[in-house]
Amino acid sequence: MTRDEALFEYLLRLGDNTLILGHRVSEWCGHAPVLEEDIALANTALDLIGQTQLWLGLAGEVEGKGRDADKLAFLRDAWDFRNVLLVEMPNGDFGRTLMRQFLFDAFHSILLGKLMKSSDPRVAEIAEKASKEVSYHLERSAGTVVGLGDGTEESHARMQAALEYLWPYVGEMFTGDAVDAEMAAAGVASDPASLRADYDALVGRVLGDATLAIPDSPFAHKGGKTGTMHTEHLGHLLTQMQWLQRAYPGASW
Amino acid sequence: MYAQMIKTASTGVKSREEMTEEERRFQDRIDAGEKIEPKDWMPDDYRATLIRQIGQHAHSEIVGQLPEGNWITRAPTLERKAILLAKVQDEAGHGLYLYCAAETLGVSRDELTEDLLSGKMKYSSIFNYPTLTWADIGAVGWLVDGAAIMNQVPLQRTSFGPYSRAMIRICKEESFHQRQGYDIMMKMAQGTPEQKRMAQDALNRFWYPSLMMFGPSDKDSIHSAQSMAWKIKINTNDELRQKFVDQTVPQAEYLGLSVPDENLKWNEETGHYDFTQPDWTEFFDVIKGNGPCNTDRMAARNKAWDEGKWVRDGLLAHARKRAARVAAE
Repeated sequence: MTRDEALFEYLLRLGDNTLILGHRVSEWCGHAPVLEEDIALANTALDLIGQTQLWLGLAGEVEGKGRDADKLAFLRDAWDFRNVLLVEMPNGDFGRTLMRQFLFDAFHSILLGKLMKSSDPRVAEIAEKASKEVSYHLERSAGTVVGLGDGTEESHARMQAALEYLWPYVGEMFTGDAVDAEMAAAGVASDPASLRADYDALVGRVLGDATLAIPDSPFAHKGGKTGTMHTEHLGHLLTQMQWLQRAYPGASW
Repeated sequence: MYAQMIKTASTGVKSREEMTEEERRFQDRIDAGEKIEPKDWMPDDYRATLIRQIGQHAHSEIVGQLPEGNWITRAPTLERKAILLAKVQDEAGHGLYLYCAAETLGVSRDELTEDLLSGKMKYSSIFNYPTLTWADIGAVGWLVDGAAIMNQVPLQRTSFGPYSRAMIRICKEESFHQRQGYDIMMKMAQGTPEQKRMAQDALNRFWYPSLMMFGPSDKDSIHSAQSMAWKIKINTNDELRQKFVDQTVPQAEYLGLSVPDENLKWNEETGHYDFTQPDWTEFFDVIKGNGPCNTDRMAARNKAWDEGKWVRDGLLAHARKRAARVAAE
């Protein structure tokens, strides 16, 4: 694997995480529990799609085969996607959506903080822009997780259930492979395992305030960021997302 | 998006002799172009009519998220997806300012929401039509937002201050929405034969429902006359509809699309297009709940509200606990 091949893979991971999560969040549009949440969810989805354009745009440039962000987003099949499994999990109720958002935002904000110091200025520049947006996402998702965890008996129970459902998908964000090793060696990105301590501190504090108990199982599902085994859910998401590009190949929109 | 067929809460325009001293002073302020602010004295019927109108307008923004939201997950490019998300987010924001404007008249957002969900209050008939292809998203921006702008631009001058200020903000965003809609139509009309077919089909289906957005003719309505005297309504429905047709026909021609009206013709004498009125029976059916999507739209809003109850309750309980903790410290 050359450095550019590793960088291409790494950028796909960044861009696919934001693309798939942005898609999931956008599914809420018009269906949120309160108007302010409709606005906030649309805004979060919009930021994530904007970040996708930047990461996948750069991925296409690095690959150098004429694929732009749209081609990468709309014309790859599931096995070529490199997002972590967490972000492709279905929305469930509002509590599960916000718990997924928080578990990802916490990781995302720590990751972007490191990427701002990347040896690759293109990566650092995108990370800096995204990081401003993501710090707001984190503030909001953490606040909502605390509010609902420490709300009524029902909201607490739903948030605890959401955490238990999603927790097995947290570990994958911190597993490393040859791509990560190559990126770390080049100073482009940090070893994912090195982000875990900060993550555990942040997540532990927020979930503590939310009066929620972190499951004690260290088990982690894997296969998303390497593309070796996504969940069954991703194919359905892509079927919807890619429909027009697939049904009318070559058309310009 | 906006309100239509608002029943004015009055029995017609009073002559100056019939007015009380307060009513006369109120009317003089309106005639002088002054803005009425929430704390000012106002006739009960003025307040009631505004609540209906602003409330219905707000509901239209909220329900209007659904037909457009229907295509967010299927938008054909990342840029189109981002633009559509921004647009739908704007609509929710418009709903928010309008509910706030209504609140200044003494009605809460929750009360208005309950009235929408129970079917007591309406939203614009247009949102009971489905968005079936991507070109419909273009048509909604071009025609539906175009029709809304026709109505809302004059409402920037409406007599009630908070409503007027909300309209000024909303109009800026709506004109961006209309441009993005037209831009989608342009791409489609200049695209592949299938895209062109989608664009024509969208125009065919949205043309008459867009004309219905202005409501039936009200040139002889005593209710409208009162709303116009109060400057809650600025133009008659027919005036606005004509203006919309006059503006839109050349745009359709530029796109190379045909307006689905055999009688559409430029009239040299009047300086306007002659056109066929929409089917008003269909309009009243839609208003009564028999449009293609009424049931689904209301079900979606009710579901969002019912399933969101635990979230609203949870956040409220948390806020109370926090306030109690702060008070105890």
